[in-house]
This record gives sequence, C-alpha cells and structure tokens, in this order.
Amino acid sequence: MQVITSFQSRTVVMSNSDIDTDQIIPARFLTTTERTGLGKHLFSEWRYNADGTNNDAFILNTQEAEGCFVLVAGDNFGCGSSREHAPWSLIDFGFRAVISTSMADIFRSNALKNGLLPIVVSEEFHKNLLNNPGVKVTIDLEQCSVSVANGGTENFAINNFSHYCLMNGVDELGFLQQHLPQIEKFERRDA
Amino acid sequence: MSAKTLYEKIWEQHIVVEATDDHPAVLYVDLHLIHEVTSPQAFSMLRERGLPVRRPDLTLATPDHSTPTKAELLYAEIPAGPAREQIYTLLANCEEFGVPIYDLKSPMRGIVHVIGPEVGATQPGKTIVCGDSHTSTHGAFGALAFGIGTTEVGHVFATQTLLQSRSKTMQVNVKGELPPGVTAKDLILAIIGKIGVSGGTGHVIEYRGEAIRALNMDERMTVCNMSIEAGARAGLIAPDETTFNYLQGRALVPQGAEWHAALERWKELRTDEEANFDKSVDIDATQLVPMITYGTNPGMVMPVDGHVPALTGDKAYEQALTYMDLKPEQSLLGQKVDVVFVGSCTNSRISDLRAVATALKGRKVASNTQMLIVPGSQATKHEAEAEGLDTIFIAAGAQWRESGCSMCLGMNGDNVGRGEYSVSTSNRNFEGRQGVGARTLLASPVTAAAAAVEGCVADPRVVFAD
Repeated sequence: MQVITSFQSRTVVMSNSDIDTDQIIPARFLTTTERTGLGKHLFSEWRYNADGTNNDAFILNTQEAEGCFVLVAGDNFGCGSSREHAPWSLIDFGFRAVISTSMADIFRSNALKNGLLPIVVSEEFHKNLLNNPGVKVTIDLEQCSVSVANGGTENFAINNFSHYCLMNGVDELGFLQQHLPQIEKFERRDA
Repeated sequence: MSAKTLYEKIWEQHIVVEATDDHPAVLYVDLHLIHEVTSPQAFSMLRERGLPVRRPDLTLATPDHSTPTKAELLYAEIPAGPAREQIYTLLANCEEFGVPIYDLKSPMRGIVHVIGPEVGATQPGKTIVCGDSHTSTHGAFGALAFGIGTTEVGHVFATQTLLQSRSKTMQVNVKGELPPGVTAKDLILAIIGKIGVSGGTGHVIEYRGEAIRALNMDERMTVCNMSIEAGARAGLIAPDETTFNYLQGRALVPQGAEWHAALERWKELRTDEEANFDKSVDIDATQLVPMITYGTNPGMVMPVDGHVPALTGDKAYEQALTYMDLKPEQSLLGQKVDVVFVGSCTNSRISDLRAVATALKGRKVASNTQMLIVPGSQATKHEAEAEGLDTIFIAAGAQWRESGCSMCLGMNGDNVGRGEYSVSTSNRNFEGRQGVGARTLLASPVTAAAAAVEGCVADPRVVFAD
C-alpha cells in the first residue's frame, strides 16, 4: 500500500446525500476477480448515457473535475453493500480522499484498508466545501487535518491503528498474524 | 458485574486481544460464509503470500449472486462470460484451499444467508461474517453477524480473526401486536422509515418487544436482514424457544447431550434487565400498515395507500422522484407494475412462499405483469414443491425458478428493464439496482402478490379481503 502523508488537490463536489454503493459501482461490474480496472465503471449510471456515450452534464465528465482527487460528497456516503469494489473503483479513477459529514460503516472500513481517506468533517466546514466546488484543499494525514484555500482548517478522526498503517504503508494482516499464539490459545479455550 | 446488552456479551466472548489506544480489538470469527463475488481477490492474496485458509472447517462457501435461476442454464451450460468465470473461480479456489462448498449441483445450495440457518451453521452466540452486507440476517438467531470487505475476508481466511472496534448499541422496542395483513417486512420498512438510512450507523440494533417475540424465525431474519438498510452493520434478536425449536435437529447443530449444553449457554444470551443502550427507539406495532417504497433508498417508504411526500427542496429527493417518474403527493395505488419479484435473502423463505401461494391460489397474474418467484435455496424449493406451492405459482402464471440472489441485484441476467416498474420483496431500491434504469418499489411478499394479481400497486388488505 502507498504511504500517505499529505497532499493537495482541488475538489469535485457531489452534494447528494446517501450516495450508495450501487451508484459508486453497479453490481454488474462485480464479476471481476481483480482489484484494479474498475475506474472506468465508477458512477457508471450517472456518467454514461444509455447509448454508452459520456453524459456531459455529469460532474466527473467536466473540465473542472480534471486533476481533482478529492471528492466532497453529501451525508452518508457509501451506504449499502459491503463491496470493496466501491473504494477500489474510486481509487482506480484517481480519488485519494472522500470528504463528507458521515460515511457508511463498511465503506469507511474498506476505504481505510486501501489508502482512500474517508474524512468526516463538521456540517459547517462541509457547507463551505459544498459552496466552493473546485476549491483547493490540503490534507495532512500526519496532523489529521484538512485545510481549505479560502480559509479554515479542521481536524478529522482516524483511529490510531489505521493512521499508523496509512502513514507507513503497511496492512493490518501482519498485525493479526503476530497474534497467532493468542488466537491458538483462544481456540483451545473454546474447545 | 455490570449489566450487559446481548451485543456486549457476544462481543466479550470473542475477544482474542483487547483493544488499546493503539489498536482495535482482535475478534474471533466462528463462522465465515463466502460466495463468488467478494472472495476471489482474498484467495489471490493468500496465494501471493503463500498462506492457507487457516480454518476451512469454520468456512462455508456457495455460489449465489451470479448463478442462473433457469434450470437449463444452471445445470447444463452457464452462459460464457465473467459471471461464469467468477463462479468457476470460486469452485477452483475452494478445491485448492479445502473449503467446503455447496456447489452448483448441491441440493443444499442457495443464497448464503438462507442456507446458513437452514443447515444449522448459524447458531446463537456465534460471530458470523461474510463479504456481504446482508450478513446481518443471521442476527435473528442471537448471533453477532455483519458484512465485511474483501480485505477482511482475507484476514479471516488467514487468521480467523478481524480487527474490530466496538459498536454503539441501539434498541428498537416493538410493542403490541402486528395487525392482520401486516408483515415483518412492513415492520422493518417502517423502522427504516422512522430512523432513516443512516440512523443506525455505528450501531448494532437489538430488536426487542412483544411483536418481535411473536415473529417466527423466517420473519425475524427479514427484520435483521434489513438492519444494514438503516446503516447498522448488525441486527440482533435474543434467542428463545422459537429459535431453539427452529434449530433442533438441523444438520450442523449439536445433538444429544451437546444440544442440551448448547441450550444452557444460549439461554444466557439476552440483554440484562439493567443494561443501557446508547440509543432507543419505540415502535407501536398496532399502528403499522403495509408499506411500500417510492424512492431510491429504503428510507423513502410510506403506507401502501399513502401519498408520495411533497418536495422538500432537497435536490437528491427531487432526483429520486425524477428517476422513479413519480409526482410529489401522488398515490401509488393503480401505478402500473411490469415485474413482480419474490425472492432475495430478505423474503425467499418457506413462510414467504406460503404467504404468496395463499394469496395467489385461484388467482391469475395480470397480463401486463411478469412475476418471478425465486426460492432462497434448493432446500426451500423442494420444501415448497412438496407442499404443492409450485403448482399454485405456475397455475397463476408466475415463473418458478432455481434458487439464488437473482433479480435483487441482477448479476445473473434476471433484470428489470429500463423504465420498468418492479414491486420487489428484496432489500434495496437504489437506482439501477435491479437493472439499468429499473424502478424498484420494495414491499412485502403479500403486497407483491397483490401487485401481481392487479397488475398495479394495490393494497393487499383490499385485494385479499376475502
């Protein structure tokens, strides 16, 4: 996994609340056996017309979206399915962080394991981001802070363990494997 | 000892390593269910790192999401393409890693959340995970069951544990008795309507109260299944005599002296009198009516004879109504229905099929409507056929299929067409869920049957009044 420290980007805004996993990546694209290559299907229903051409009105098909890798979304982003294909497709498309007022539990957990930052901010801070699409933000993972170019900085919460994994580019499995003796002991107690 | 909720009891019994400031708790997993869609990348990870599946004996696989429901496709030749590739990848992975699987021809195959309870793998007090958000279904047995991502599927494969933070607790107390004609599906839709699609985020919901106690296991599974639609990863119902009666004698349930020992343990699995929940919601069952959704998430729900809410200025809501091609303040009664789907891990069990058969007996599916009835498992299918339910379905003009997830998410070719309306007993009415441009109205099996008979949205209390 890539080491993350800090980065800057302009934002793309999708202000709808409750953007669900079936919008992020529809089920018909889940037949893949790979983690990569899903970016082309991201938000497929909204991004393409019925005949497969680009829907020019959709934000990700506009010029403003080019080179942006921070998505600002409405409340309860990622609700629905447990499909990890949701963060995989966002990452494959180029996103590195999603900012919202809340995120669905499983989406948030999946995002953290793949280096996509799920950043939950206050309503007031969020409102400023919604009202200023394309604004430049700086995300500093070490400080767990997000700063907006037009003023304002807010801290966000990431549990210490995920923070450590993200900062050092390590995954969680190694930690679990270190505890195999405890796992075996637990199993004997269980027996 | 301080009073504890059911969730806290199961949680504490499965802690391998306590949480600290530096890391979440390591939680032991008693049962890992897998299917073809969310497991291939986890098996690949094992292969890359040279790891085995640590406890294949605690793992159970079945293909369900992409399997054809037409016998001629399922048993002869699944159409070539990525879905078939994915199914065969699961079969090969299970063979390579020694994971037990109910394969395509197994009489035990079915939707993973239907077969777990059916074979008795699902038991009170267990921790159960699956790369599928509707794993919450198994909470109906007083098991702590929740959906996980594919990376976590890999963690469970390799270590039989997960890193987990403790959830908050919410109780939903359902007082009184459900009126006649009002089902468990109506109850959970009403609950989601009340607390909202993110009302349960960060929480495990325990469903309590006399209306919950009165539900049979199939109905309890319907309720727990849709916990995730309220944002809660898990739903729980404390086990009781109804639970024990359901489980006794099933293939994977302990027998003889072990059964009695298990019963003693299971009877302790209830929330202590003095225990506190982080959140409480009260529902009066006596006031509930048949429910139907009108929008593009399960929280957009109303009484079947109600009116679509007025516009609120919320852009997402306006977009939902545009997608559904419905007008604010309109009634749904009489809304033409192209497809009726009875199935999914929410409503495909024998009680659901019996309810639909009772409703359809001596009636015909309307000529403008296609009705698809997909049992949750092959065992359920055979049980229904032994009772003659299939004869009633076919005589009414419905299609009776092999088991699988089918039209709930349309991965297997069972789709609703663009712009078509579907009354569906499944769990999600998201845009495009049942097919590109499909318009889904979620409802109970009985309300679905009423729509099939009338060819439009109808009140089952009126249609089946006699």
